[in-house]
Amino acid sequence: MGAILTRIKSLDRRLLYMALLAVILFFPLVVRNDYWISTMVLFGIWAILGLSLNIIVGYAGLFQLGHAAFWAVGAYTTAILSIYLKVPILVCLPISALVAAFFAIIISRPILHLRGDYLCIVTIGFGEIVRLFLYNDPFKITGGVNGLRGIARPSIFGLEINTPTAYYYYVLFFVIITILVMQRLENSRLGRAWNYVREDETAAEAMGIDTVKVKLLAFALGAAWAGIAGNIYASRYTVIAPETFSFWNSVIMFCIVVLGGSGSIPGVFVGTLGMIMLPEILRSVLSSILEWRLLIFGIAMVVMMIFRPEGLWPHSRYRLELRREETSS
Amino acid sequence: MALLEVRNLTKSFGGLVAVNDVSFQLNEGEILGMIGPNGAGKTTVFNLITGIFPPDKGEIRFNGRSLIGLRPHQITELGIARTFQTIRLFPNLTVMENVMAGLHCRTKAGLWASILQTKAQKEEEKFIREKALEYIHFMGLGGLEFELAKNLPYGLQKRLEIARALATNPRLLMLDEPAAGLNEQETSELMELIAKLRDKGITIFLIEHDMKVVMGISERIIVLDNGYKIAEGTPEEIQRNPRVIEAYLGKEE
Repeated sequence: MGAILTRIKSLDRRLLYMALLAVILFFPLVVRNDYWISTMVLFGIWAILGLSLNIIVGYAGLFQLGHAAFWAVGAYTTAILSIYLKVPILVCLPISALVAAFFAIIISRPILHLRGDYLCIVTIGFGEIVRLFLYNDPFKITGGVNGLRGIARPSIFGLEINTPTAYYYYVLFFVIITILVMQRLENSRLGRAWNYVREDETAAEAMGIDTVKVKLLAFALGAAWAGIAGNIYASRYTVIAPETFSFWNSVIMFCIVVLGGSGSIPGVFVGTLGMIMLPEILRSVLSSILEWRLLIFGIAMVVMMIFRPEGLWPHSRYRLELRREETSS
Repeated sequence: MALLEVRNLTKSFGGLVAVNDVSFQLNEGEILGMIGPNGAGKTTVFNLITGIFPPDKGEIRFNGRSLIGLRPHQITELGIARTFQTIRLFPNLTVMENVMAGLHCRTKAGLWASILQTKAQKEEEKFIREKALEYIHFMGLGGLEFELAKNLPYGLQKRLEIARALATNPRLLMLDEPAAGLNEQETSELMELIAKLRDKGITIFLIEHDMKVVMGISERIIVLDNGYKIAEGTPEEIQRNPRVIEAYLGKEE
């Protein structure tokens, strides 16, 4: 009886996922509203950013509050290569990832021994340095306050991606790739090593895990993925400016991870829904809500931390834990 | 032959000399106990050997190789595993995942192999799971694979810590007060287990306050007091040693 019940449940779940997939696949064809399709593109980019930060904050438990800096490095690398050297966008993509990872390694190596909030403060500082650096227009290549314009569109086999609908599927492709990579990492030797570091760094080191290398890898891979998001973002809007990569956006990324449930892939999507989509939806309903945004975020975070500290859609391990408590009480 | 050789080991924290000129050696296949009053420096000796912090002076050689300057994970890789006095499991991970941690240094799949899920990576994952299960069953934790470590009762947590240490496939296992907090039944099971490990060829170095345990299974015992080694010998010799009795019971007026 119980076995049948669980099978029905798993069937239910599979049906749910199929339905969700269908909605996602046909969304632009049904909605046919450029504003909402563009909003979904933005949602996808933020989801990739959230998943990239999830490696660092969720898996490895390292507080990184300057992640927008690596997004910026990726976006500016693509912009500079595209505008000045006419490098195709899709060629810029791996280069952006590598440059972002390179910066991450250089910056995080000396601060790797810092723990918790100390690390957090240093990453905030780094994020601000990058933004100010871009502001000051070094070597006259970042365009200063105005940023850069005229970034090319990606083209696949001569087909240029330039409509919101085309971008929708373009970003969807990257979102799916990102999910697959993250899932595989989660269940790998490296993914487990990140979890050990998060749980108890000293014990992890004593069990034979090279914590320095493992943490460096988390920073580098997270930054590389943010660099990829930067590449997509730059070609989507063809214009970038330093203000996009502000501390506030690092905070939003951090909130996406924590709100949804640290270390949980579906959690990142729930978090992105709450942090990016909800304000958009509210704005279309009630434009004055924007003035209240910060206040609402603040209250929501406080309420979350009190009533659901593990996030809205936590990793199954934590859910397991909750269910057990329910049945035992 | 000496598996571990410690010579003139000294470590001070600020003005406090925690370990003072301590020398001893550990022979392959033996069980060596280390006792001493609280604050004698026993755990510090453990931490120095496993590289948690560096000694001020002295030499530590394992299998002929100096351990000075190596990081803890490198020392573990060479074949020294340990447990902690206050349990240090990964509380929010499952029993299985905890034991898998020990196998990390004996496997090698990297970033690309994990993302691409190469054949070698899949086989290695299978090897890790099988090995982990083996250690889980050896330590009598079968059936608890998917329990979170923090949900286990204290005695089982202690066993899990040993299982995790064993998974690193050590030649030398260092146990920091393994019997602390265990009841009589659990303690005698633990003693059997330690003997079994020794029979498997693993050398054991243990800190223990429970005299019945140390005297019962150790072949030799060293005694620390205030950072100094004050005695060394068989359990019988240690029990008769006046300096040891003085350290534990105080001097007769």
